Amino acid sequence: MKNNIYVYILLMALTVFIIRVLPLTLIRKPIQNLFIRSFLYYVPYVTLSVMTFPAIVRATASPISGIVALILGMIGAYKELGLFKVTLICCISVLLLEMFI
Amino acid sequence: MKGFKEGFKTGIPIGLGYFAVAFSLGIAAARAGLTPFQGFLTSFLVNASAGENAAFIAIRESVPYLQMILITVVSNIRYVLMSFALSQKIRPKTAILHRLLLGFYLTDEYFALAVSQEPFCDPFYSYGAISFAAPCWAIGTAFGIIMGNALPFKIVSALSVALYGMFLAIIIPPAKKQKQIAVLIVLSFLSSYLLSTFTPLSESTVTIILTIAVSSLGALLWPVKGETYEE
Repeated sequence: MKNNIYVYILLMALTVFIIRVLPLTLIRKPIQNLFIRSFLYYVPYVTLSVMTFPAIVRATASPISGIVALILGMIGAYKELGLFKVTLICCISVLLLEMFI
Repeated sequence: MKGFKEGFKTGIPIGLGYFAVAFSLGIAAARAGLTPFQGFLTSFLVNASAGENAAFIAIRESVPYLQMILITVVSNIRYVLMSFALSQKIRPKTAILHRLLLGFYLTDEYFALAVSQEPFCDPFYSYGAISFAAPCWAIGTAFGIIMGNALPFKIVSALSVALYGMFLAIIIPPAKKQKQIAVLIVLSFLSSYLLSTFTPLSESTVTIILTIAVSSLGALLWPVKGETYEE
């Protein structure tokens, strides 16, 4: 059975809206519990990391270009080149490498 | 109206970056079987890179609806923190409509804009930036779905890493200053590789399990005192 894409989109939109708006409209005090605060602090880094690797290596036509994009992207990000330049470095490195592979 | 104009100018570089990343997201959406209109609608309603990527993977895997809600909560939970932080930057008497709109458009970039103003943020400054950048995001996604099929395979392969480039640009700089974040990133990479290679678990299930497990471990080992979300 195939689920309806519009139902997925609606569920996602509603869930994200609630997450973003509830604290802004209802709750005015900061969270007190140290564990929950720390947990929420680390979540973005962990989610993004889990979604990046090994997905980046599997997204490209050849795994080698994916690995090179990952390494160069990490170096660019380490040098704090910013979102746009790091993105560009990853794309161009894959493009150049796959011309020769 | 001066705030709106200033915000619009700030929105131009943000919008260009959004367009590139949204294009890459569109390629992921096409793999999940979304039409250009469905991609446009998703990006218009959601405005979240990691969240939309996770959702497109979930759609591709035809997960149950309940799991869709779960993956959406997990991949967007950081906005709870931002929403808390932003609530402190809004003039206390600000109308509910402004709160709803600012919440709807709460992304990493708009958040950074809003909290950089002192002592309170001007909603119209945000609306200025949003009025340029948000259409870039939605149209970019639709373009990615349309062109993703038309472009040569090698170009698509190159563009599909744009999204991961953006993720790296977000996670790596804080890891320089805080060693525990660097440790958590390495741990996430390793465990994500192991689970996705040696277990039959789907990508979205792996994301949920590891986000909860690794973040909990981080919170137990290195509790964060003081300000929990800084930009």
